[in-house]
Amino acid sequence: MNFKLKIWRQPDAKSKGRFETYEVTDISADTSFLEMLDILNNKLIHEGKDPVAFDHDCREGICGMCSLHINGEAHGPDTEITTCQLHMRKFHDGDTITIEPWRSAAFPVIKDLVVERSAFDKILQAGGFISVNTGGVPDGNTIPISHDDAEESMDAAACIGCGACVATCKNGSAMLFVAARVSSLAKLPQGKVETLRRANAMISKMDELGFGNCTNTRACEAECPKAISISHIARLNRKFLISRFKN
Amino acid sequence: MANIFTSSIGKKLIMSITGAFLVLFLTFHMLMNGALVFSDEAYDAIVNFLGANWYALIGTVILAAGVVIHFIYAIILTLQNRRARGKIRYAEAKREPNVEWTSKNMFVLGLVVICGLLLHLYNFWYNMQWTEIMGEHTNSLGMGPKDGAVMVRDLFSHLGYVIVYLVWLVGIWFHLTHGVWSMLHTVGWNSKVWMKRLRCISYILATLIVGGFALTVIIIYIQGLM
Ligand code: HEM
Ligand code: SF4
Ligand code: FES
Repeated sequence: MNFKLKIWRQPDAKSKGRFETYEVTDISADTSFLEMLDILNNKLIHEGKDPVAFDHDCREGICGMCSLHINGEAHGPDTEITTCQLHMRKFHDGDTITIEPWRSAAFPVIKDLVVERSAFDKILQAGGFISVNTGGVPDGNTIPISHDDAEESMDAAACIGCGACVATCKNGSAMLFVAARVSSLAKLPQGKVETLRRANAMISKMDELGFGNCTNTRACEAECPKAISISHIARLNRKFLISRFKN
Repeated sequence: MANIFTSSIGKKLIMSITGAFLVLFLTFHMLMNGALVFSDEAYDAIVNFLGANWYALIGTVILAAGVVIHFIYAIILTLQNRRARGKIRYAEAKREPNVEWTSKNMFVLGLVVICGLLLHLYNFWYNMQWTEIMGEHTNSLGMGPKDGAVMVRDLFSHLGYVIVYLVWLVGIWFHLTHGVWSMLHTVGWNSKVWMKRLRCISYILATLIVGGFALTVIIIYIQGLM
């Protein structure tokens, strides 16, 4: 398969970026999207040009490092997958593919397609942890947890912190990410204890870092590779309001 | 609690409370209008009751405050959100599946509501309650401020006004189909199970309220033809 790639190039955070067009040829349909970019980069290096910078690590959909806004969608045209799980068979031979970095004020571009997502780390540091003493490691299943609670918690814990929600949201809001983190802990006995403090601290940090205000458009849940539901945002709203009213 | 309203969710809470209040108001307003379809006397009795007395005035001020606060926070939120989105927009952006156009255009729809509202205030409020407040006995239409039924029938005998009001109502309908479930979601009253139900309720409520207004306007127009 042959493709024309329209890729955002930007030498560093300060410079102005622009789109450059490249061509890749003889790509097998089973090549992953990132491998296709590797092939392009090999070619660029051979030609003595600057390879395209993009984020990636595990390449199996679990680390949350890969990003990319492909043909107008975070993580590309498929649903419930990350960019590293996307394959070229999802495209047609001869397609022009537009590749952009996440666009959000809280995620500034560092170089080409790489953005700074440390704002998420700061939100986690503000409250995404358990500080009560949970004792030693108990035997399996000694703490009774209902199946529903366990499922709800695990669904939320599937969030890999990729930032597709922020990248997609027209308000640049990080509510889905924060809600996933708060929900996953709120549904388990050890995490439950600090839910209110956690919701308050993480939202305060989120606001401080310049993320937008959620207006319930649901775009985030549509593009989230882990299909995190906005029902977690409802829980976050509830916990946050209770925590602020109590203070 | 002091700084609750400075937080992002707190600002949304204000949108939600004022929005809920406006929805309630619209419901009562729609029901009162409905009286006109059945009896001019009943309608005028309501108009008289809601003239320039203290309860009606206090109600009007609270209502105006609700609209103004809702509007001001809509502007604040929209501006902040544009900033958070960043300076550079995507060159290409697809519409996400299952995402309603309405939910992304609440501000635009709100502006439609405001424009309609200004016209509406001139058409009725200015010629009814304001005329009374000023202690005058005839308004800009040369009618008494308490001749509600006559005024309404006069306005909606013009097809142009009927159409403008219907367009306005469509704007309100769209605003409410998203607004109703959104305001409940904002205060935390939603879950995976309730999501579908609340959206359904939003459509029903929006249709009942807006349908009630629209029917009244249309019936008055038809009655005027007969
Ligand atoms: C009859 C008048 C109106 C009614 C009944 C109404 C109702 C509502 C409701 C119930 C909500 C949901 C609140 C929430 O999401 O928490 C809402 C949201 C909103 N309204 Fe209004 N509104 C009215 C007028 C306006 C006006 C004049 C504007 C100004 C442009 C406006 C702009 C917005 C915006 C931007 C939102 C936020 C969208 C969101 O968060 O989902 N509305 N409105
Ligand atoms: S909620 Fe979904 S889109 Fe957002 S960071 Fe987590 S996995 Fe990524
Ligand atoms: S590279 Fe780890 S999730 Fe894509």
